[in-house]
Amino acid sequence: MSLDRSEVEKIAHLARLQINESDIPEYADNLNNILALVDQMQQVDTSAVEPMANPLDAVQRLRPDAVTETDQRENLQANAPATEDGLFLVPKVIE
Amino acid sequence: MEWETVIGLEIHCQLATDSKIFSGASTAFGAEPNTQACAVDLALPGTLPVFNDNALKMAVKFGLAIDAQIGKKSVFARKNYFYPDLPKGYQTSQMDDPIVGIGHVDIQLKDGTTKRVGVTRAHLEEDAGKSLHEDYHGMTGIDLNRAGTPLLEIVSEPDMRSAEEAVAYAKKIHSIVTNLGISDGDMSQGSFRCDVNVSLRYKGEEEFGTRTETKNLNSFKFMEDAIKLEVERQMDILEDGGEITQETRLYNGDTKVARSMRSKEEANDYRYFPCPDLLPVMIDDDFIDAIRATLPELPDARHQRFMEQYGLSDYDAGVLSGYSDTAAYFETATEQCDDAKLAANWVMGELSKHLNSNSLEIADSPVSAEQLGQLLARIKDDTINGKAAKQVFEALWKGEGGNGEGAADAIIEAKGLKQVTDSGAIEAMIDEVIAAATPQVEQYKAAEPEKRGKMLGFFMGKVMQASKGTANPGQVNKLLKTKLDALCD
Repeated sequence: MSLDRSEVEKIAHLARLQINESDIPEYADNLNNILALVDQMQQVDTSAVEPMANPLDAVQRLRPDAVTETDQRENLQANAPATEDGLFLVPKVIE
Repeated sequence: MEWETVIGLEIHCQLATDSKIFSGASTAFGAEPNTQACAVDLALPGTLPVFNDNALKMAVKFGLAIDAQIGKKSVFARKNYFYPDLPKGYQTSQMDDPIVGIGHVDIQLKDGTTKRVGVTRAHLEEDAGKSLHEDYHGMTGIDLNRAGTPLLEIVSEPDMRSAEEAVAYAKKIHSIVTNLGISDGDMSQGSFRCDVNVSLRYKGEEEFGTRTETKNLNSFKFMEDAIKLEVERQMDILEDGGEITQETRLYNGDTKVARSMRSKEEANDYRYFPCPDLLPVMIDDDFIDAIRATLPELPDARHQRFMEQYGLSDYDAGVLSGYSDTAAYFETATEQCDDAKLAANWVMGELSKHLNSNSLEIADSPVSAEQLGQLLARIKDDTINGKAAKQVFEALWKGEGGNGEGAADAIIEAKGLKQVTDSGAIEAMIDEVIAAATPQVEQYKAAEPEKRGKMLGFFMGKVMQASKGTANPGQVNKLLKTKLDALCD
């Protein structure tokens, strides 16, 4: 499997990364090397191995359903570039 | 060729936990913007999610209620997309191993039959925040209070064949989650959101047609309207030889218009993968059995019991058993008057008419179940007739007669509504009416005997009027007939 230019552009768009046109061949090469490694790993017979969702051999701990957080809006919005009426302001999104 | 409609539903149900699914921030509705959005909800660097045990229990409860397989191992996955009201850049959801697997519910159709609808799965996920597109100097405002509120997404099989079936299914799920107490089910506040997948195919065909998804259906009425609209739209396109575009559509209930939101070409590529911040959730039989032991009586079981215990019709039992508040009201009223059918008629008739026209829930009824029951007991023991009972009900609704026990009796006394059952008194009133209505009496005498029954109404009305509505109608009818027929001989 090998990635072409348009696939690299699509991956960059999905990750919202801006890339230079001139760097695309290099990114394609790098990504193709990773895919080659994955191809190689897929040669291993794993039919008897149960897929794992997490590398840690542990299970999720649960938290009791209780409100433990207090209002920290002022602190949390101190670093926000723009706020108004308690809202975070972001560039206009229209769907 | 005849078209067949195929419908599947995705329902997002907000779980009624106190705190969020992965943080200790409050989920209470209506707080000031961003006052219930903590560092975890805002996805600040270094924060990690910790799973809320109550969200897990609620999801399992739902799974047991729809007779579903419970995922003893369930895994959280990341659904990746960018939107400003999703701070992490992904929604924590479940993909391959959901908490609830295949289950089913039974819906009652108008023709009296029951249909089984499959539930494919139900999985836990977190809600996003809210974007406010009002003008903030050309910017969008973001409120993250809702971000991280636990959702149970309930996905049905494409088993429904009409808008009516889809609504019956959605109502059934709604009554189950509210009966279980795992959601407030408030559609206007977004606690219960339905997305509807609709496609058409020729009747008898195996393969499904191309489907569209309609979102934003925040009432059952809108859902029904939106489905009918979409079926018509697709039928028009297909009959003109066109093709349906797979797309997401947005329905506006106020304008009754739907528009395309995005097509499949521009659809998101979510790149799901297991969330490395959360470990697999493992539960065992003891955990599941402990939850099973807490299940309340569910609507279907109550429906059956109401038919058997109270002798109600299938329809009446269905209406009264759907929600625990309605069911409890009916049972309390029945206990007071010892006549289930009378209580059923009044709860579904006079009471629900008043509640609807005042947009009130039964839990907020100004007339308590005890008060209604005591009023009905007075109909049952012949103290008052049905007409007077409606007057008493009106008075109770307005808060007359006090709020305590005996309110109905106090009103009956104060308004002098006690039924006159003394036949001497009734006969006297009848004699007066007959004496004052010579032309009508002559008409009655001249009429064919089989037509006289209908003419009785005039005299009935006069006598009831004379008694100010307090005469026993059955007695009046009988005595009146005897007296008039005697004049005919």
